[in-house]
Amino acid sequence: MFFRKSMIAAAFAAGLTAAASAGQAQTITIGLGTEPTSIDPHYHNLGPNNQISQHIFSRLMEQDDKQRLFPGLATEWKAIDDTTWEFKLRKGVKFHDGSDFNVDDVIFTMERAAAHPNAKSSFKVFTHGGGKEYVRVDDYTLHVKTPKPYPLMAVDLSTVHIVSDKSKGHWEGDFNNGSQAIGTGPFKFVKWVKGEILEFERNDDYWGKKPHWKHVIIKPIKSAPSRLAALLAGDVDFIDQVPTIDVKNLKNNDKITLSQGISNRVIYLHLDQYRDVTPFAKGPKGEEIKNPFKDVRVRKAISMAISRDLIIERIMEGIAVKAGQLLPDGFFGVSDKLKPEEYDPEGAKKLLAEAGYPNGFQTTLHGPNNRYINDAKIVEAVAQMLSRIGIMTTPDTMPKSVFFKRGKNRGPENPPEFSFLLVGWGSGTGEASSPLRSLLATYSKEKGWGSSNRGLHSNPKMDAVLEEALATVDDTKRAALLAKATEIGVGEDMGLIPLHYQVNTWAAKKGLKYLARTDERTVAYDIRPE
Amino acid sequence: MTVFIIRRLLQSIAVVLVMSFIVFVGVNIVGDPVEMMVSDEADQAEREKVIKSMGLDKPWYIQYARFIGGALQGDLGKSFVYGEPALQIIAHRIPATFELALAALVMAVVVGIPLGVYAGLRPDTVGSKTIMAGSILGFSLPTFWVGLMFIMVFAVILGWLPSTGRGDTVELLGIDVSFLTMDGLAHLFLPAFNLALFKISMVIRLTRAGTREVVHQDYIKFARAKGLSNRRVVLVHLMKNIMIPVVTVLGLEFGGLIAFSVVTETVFAWPGMGKLIIDSIQSLDRPVIVAYLMIIVLIFVIINLVVDIFYSLLDPRVRLSEIKS
Repeated sequence: MFFRKSMIAAAFAAGLTAAASAGQAQTITIGLGTEPTSIDPHYHNLGPNNQISQHIFSRLMEQDDKQRLFPGLATEWKAIDDTTWEFKLRKGVKFHDGSDFNVDDVIFTMERAAAHPNAKSSFKVFTHGGGKEYVRVDDYTLHVKTPKPYPLMAVDLSTVHIVSDKSKGHWEGDFNNGSQAIGTGPFKFVKWVKGEILEFERNDDYWGKKPHWKHVIIKPIKSAPSRLAALLAGDVDFIDQVPTIDVKNLKNNDKITLSQGISNRVIYLHLDQYRDVTPFAKGPKGEEIKNPFKDVRVRKAISMAISRDLIIERIMEGIAVKAGQLLPDGFFGVSDKLKPEEYDPEGAKKLLAEAGYPNGFQTTLHGPNNRYINDAKIVEAVAQMLSRIGIMTTPDTMPKSVFFKRGKNRGPENPPEFSFLLVGWGSGTGEASSPLRSLLATYSKEKGWGSSNRGLHSNPKMDAVLEEALATVDDTKRAALLAKATEIGVGEDMGLIPLHYQVNTWAAKKGLKYLARTDERTVAYDIRPE
Repeated sequence: MTVFIIRRLLQSIAVVLVMSFIVFVGVNIVGDPVEMMVSDEADQAEREKVIKSMGLDKPWYIQYARFIGGALQGDLGKSFVYGEPALQIIAHRIPATFELALAALVMAVVVGIPLGVYAGLRPDTVGSKTIMAGSILGFSLPTFWVGLMFIMVFAVILGWLPSTGRGDTVELLGIDVSFLTMDGLAHLFLPAFNLALFKISMVIRLTRAGTREVVHQDYIKFARAKGLSNRRVVLVHLMKNIMIPVVTVLGLEFGGLIAFSVVTETVFAWPGMGKLIIDSIQSLDRPVIVAYLMIIVLIFVIINLVVDIFYSLLDPRVRLSEIKS
């Protein structure tokens, strides 16, 4: 009897809460597939953290939905000579605790972001890369000097969230409990209970465009079906990371609005181009052979043997875009000459025979199974397509925690365990130098290049063009140089084989709209009523 | 009794030590936490700094020695992901999981025992056949599927109950609990029932089997012959005697409810330990995994102890044999 009573009571209570939330039109509840590891904006340079940080904190330059820069706490920025950049700061901006913002906060932030003692990934590459030095000119003018011309200055600094210099000596613990979570951003921090809830309140003194929502409630719901169910049940108003398989159904649901947009993430294949004999390539009968991936014709043949259209149509449910380079059209530094490879199995066979493999060879394609959208299925499809042209490919997928250990690149002395692998890359800076530097440039610990170059691809010609690009301040010239480097690395050399760009989907209850972002982030102030 | 308890406690310390070794070595073999943690764009120098800050530049036996040293002082290490003490992170999640497990346990007892007794007393009626068929379903349907179906039916289609998360909480003796608020109860019901389903089926089967056995015993016949009411026969004479296996199993299963509510917590986004351990395994947060498993070992040891004590209260024979020995 008690049992039945409590059931009715529970059902009644649910009805009450539903009615209550309908009354608060200025509150939005968001279900996210990820959770930040801290509220401290300098603790962990990672998407899930940065998307939360940008609610509370502002940056000198903000990035819009296409990762283009627009004025944030800096109203103007320009290179005043070859080695000095000048930033004019916004006047009259106040932190959430009422104190004034000025140049000292910026300089303090840059040092803090580089030297955070507990950081899991600091911002040092951005705050001090290229030997940046910060000079205070007056309260609202900042000069940043570098030994050599440094074109990526504005992009670099647009990744760092500005905190108050009053938080000196406080680290992530004091940010997580809210006592130091004081920024100049559109929302004020209210509370964070890990794994349960994160709450913001509108900052009515915000210097920029005021957000529509007075309260923002963020709930981490990592399981995708549960997240979707929460939206359909009306427990949340908005979710991210909608699984591709559900998109078709949701399009026919008139209570739901979807937003879709291409991301800066390319899914590609890396091939061992370093070892003379690579562990996962054997002759047709299993005999030892020379590493076939070192031959550009083999790499080209593999690219031609993959039907990107089929992968996108059948596996991605049409929700992805074919890739021919490292970033989709419209991004800074992409080449307009590179097109996605046409599917041509006959041509691929011919090329393979030309390279000395008329009977193909055996290999294993490794990939993660819980990192990218439908990753394991893509690995299986690619393996089948390659087997059709004679490269007998065994797919082998594993959880990302195992995959990234075995596929780690620790330099030429200690190359990845795999010979042929599927990986993805999202460009945090939103321009082509990021993937070029990390994925294709020759491995160099000193320069910090090639840290994710899992194929150990190396071409001094491309390195030289990239080096030149990174020292060219003129935007047009730099874009052309980056495009040229991409044409060498991806086009001529096939240093890696691009498959497709991921497309992300967000879903909202009817009446809300969201501007899909290329950086995959979910930002409450960009969700607005229609 | 005291000797017995002390002996059990000593045994459990040994168990915990052995576990710590197995778990520590085990998690150190799998994966690379740094690769899971750092930003893709981090360069080689940055990666090295992170490795060092997490103490992973040292060989595993030094890491283990450090861990044991810390553990003796009550410090099970800092979470790689959050940078906070692992113990503290887990402690924050314990109330939510206990609440869920207790609610499931209550449901198992309140629903399972009456149904089981009924099915045992009248085995041939349609009602008890339905109950037994239902218990097979409860046993065999996978938890995650049932959980998702519950959400679909009760939250999405009917809209009676909220789909995910924990509701409003109030503080009771310094612990946040949600079963004292209406909103909290509404959020608690579905996940608790989902978790309880398997236990309910088990309790039904145990109770039924016990009832079938006990009901033919001489003392029941005697009680009936004495002219006692049916109610008294069932509630006192029968119930007392079928409870021992039920208490044993429920005790042990309570440990299981706490340790393995992983699936239910994930499906319902319930902020408990189960969800924490899954997240920690995925991000290779070794200190949290190790600390979690150590705590689970402790919980199991304590529950076993409590079950033994309960035994002696329920069954005087156990007490007598203890005194003799």
